[in-house]
Amino acid sequence: MEQAMARVANPMRQVFVETVSAAMDTHPRLVVVLADITADAFTPASERHPDRVVNVGIREQCMIGVAGGLALTGLRPVVHSYAPFLIERPFEQIKLDLGHQDVGAVLVGIGGPYDDPVWGRTHQAPGDVALLDTLPGWTVHVPGHPAEVEPLLRSALTGDGRVYLRLSTQTNTSPQPALFGFRTLKHGRRGVVLAVGPVLERVLHATRHVDVTVLYAATVRPFDEAALRSAVLAADHADVALVEPYLAGTSAHLVNAALGHIPHRIRSIGVRRDLELHAYGRPADHDAVHGLDQASITAEIHTMFTQSTS
Amino acid sequence: MVRTKELDFPELAGLFQRMTGDEKHTWAAASTLHVLWVLYDRVLNVSPERVDDPDRDRFLLSKGHGPMAFYAVLVAKGFLEPEVLDTWTEFGSPLGQHPDRVLVPGVEISSGSLGHGLALGVGIALGLRAMGRARPRVVVLVGDGELDEGSNHEAIALAGRLGLGQLTVAVIDNGSATHGWPGGIAERFAVEGWQTATVDGRDDEALHRAFITEHAGRPLAVVAAIRQETT
Repeated sequence: MEQAMARVANPMRQVFVETVSAAMDTHPRLVVVLADITADAFTPASERHPDRVVNVGIREQCMIGVAGGLALTGLRPVVHSYAPFLIERPFEQIKLDLGHQDVGAVLVGIGGPYDDPVWGRTHQAPGDVALLDTLPGWTVHVPGHPAEVEPLLRSALTGDGRVYLRLSTQTNTSPQPALFGFRTLKHGRRGVVLAVGPVLERVLHATRHVDVTVLYAATVRPFDEAALRSAVLAADHADVALVEPYLAGTSAHLVNAALGHIPHRIRSIGVRRDLELHAYGRPADHDAVHGLDQASITAEIHTMFTQSTS
Repeated sequence: MVRTKELDFPELAGLFQRMTGDEKHTWAAASTLHVLWVLYDRVLNVSPERVDDPDRDRFLLSKGHGPMAFYAVLVAKGFLEPEVLDTWTEFGSPLGQHPDRVLVPGVEISSGSLGHGLALGVGIALGLRAMGRARPRVVVLVGDGELDEGSNHEAIALAGRLGLGQLTVAVIDNGSATHGWPGGIAERFAVEGWQTATVDGRDDEALHRAFITEHAGRPLAVVAAIRQETT
């Protein structure tokens, strides 16, 4: 295992490559579409299935358009790049060549929100989920551990819908077993904390001595409104802290929709919308600025749930 | 449901009129008219009974603006009933100012925003290749102004390099690109490895010859030059 980890800088990406490469052997509809990123890792799959691994070169608009065309013939495209080049650069192609053509694809992004900040702002995409949220019909998976990637991916590969699988190098120490809908990890009376993907461990640490319910989401779209509503109704206060590893408040509108008839309070924790950092460093440096580090999350949770509320 | 008798070219005028109310001129000036007619009348292996046949040819109207000629030809060939033309652009009509594949049988892509059809066509050609379906042709219609969009150039280069012989592009060149294409449009395709032909876009025989040119192992670009008519 140590050897494997040393070889693989990005365990979630490795699971993605291995899962898709193996699935291609038994699933003749799968076609991988790449724009140079990770192309080397798909060489063995490409040798076995030369017509089903398409590297378009550094042409991300074309990458999504080609995926749309493949889907129109009945194939299942799996499209992959860094999140900013997968979601942001060809966004109109995502809207029109997939959504408006009424076809599906599996988009697998890496790097978000700032997995490797030494590359700077160009390789960061904290707005990826918010951007996809402007389009109907997308399933969005945000796994928090490499072991969560395979089941989410397998489900996406065998379906027909539009799926975004958002991979990160920031992970929890251990995986969760249930990955669709929200899973209750802890019951409490003061309110509800919803943790999405890689922030779970920080949320669990922050809530150790706080009497709240903690929900975990590896799948944020569709948003499990029923689970959230039930958790809120079972608590004494309709207070929700939303902790997401991308733009703060990305899912706040869905919390509001779930609690539409319940007077409630929301605190959204995530990547700040009012900042564009010109800074490098490590992910932890950026977490600290955005309030996604352990100390900030703990402070927010304590402020919200342990101080007296009206 | 499907009419057995197809309509002929002169009858397109009346079909146009049902949409636009135009008396005489506009329909004949439509830049795409002859290319569409030649394709549907003599080139494409398509029919209203086979809109879901995986071995049908695919026609992709990338330049979705001004789709009246397309709708008229679809009616003439039995894909649509003539009466539906009277509802053109109304709420609830399947026919708008840009075509929608979800609403019209036989329309392969929804288009309107320029620069999307060619990459979709490359994807369809790659999909057919991956499934071992070597027979169907994929024909994408673009405009010379539409070629301004950089997305086309990603697709032109890729299709050339991959040698997508099943792919054909028809470029309607009516000189509408603001900054023009020095050296001619065909050259942009030729340099990427495409076979090319430039013909009079209102000459049915020349268009037909261009579309049936042998081009094994490389994609084909047919530039249909449209002279501006004086009215």
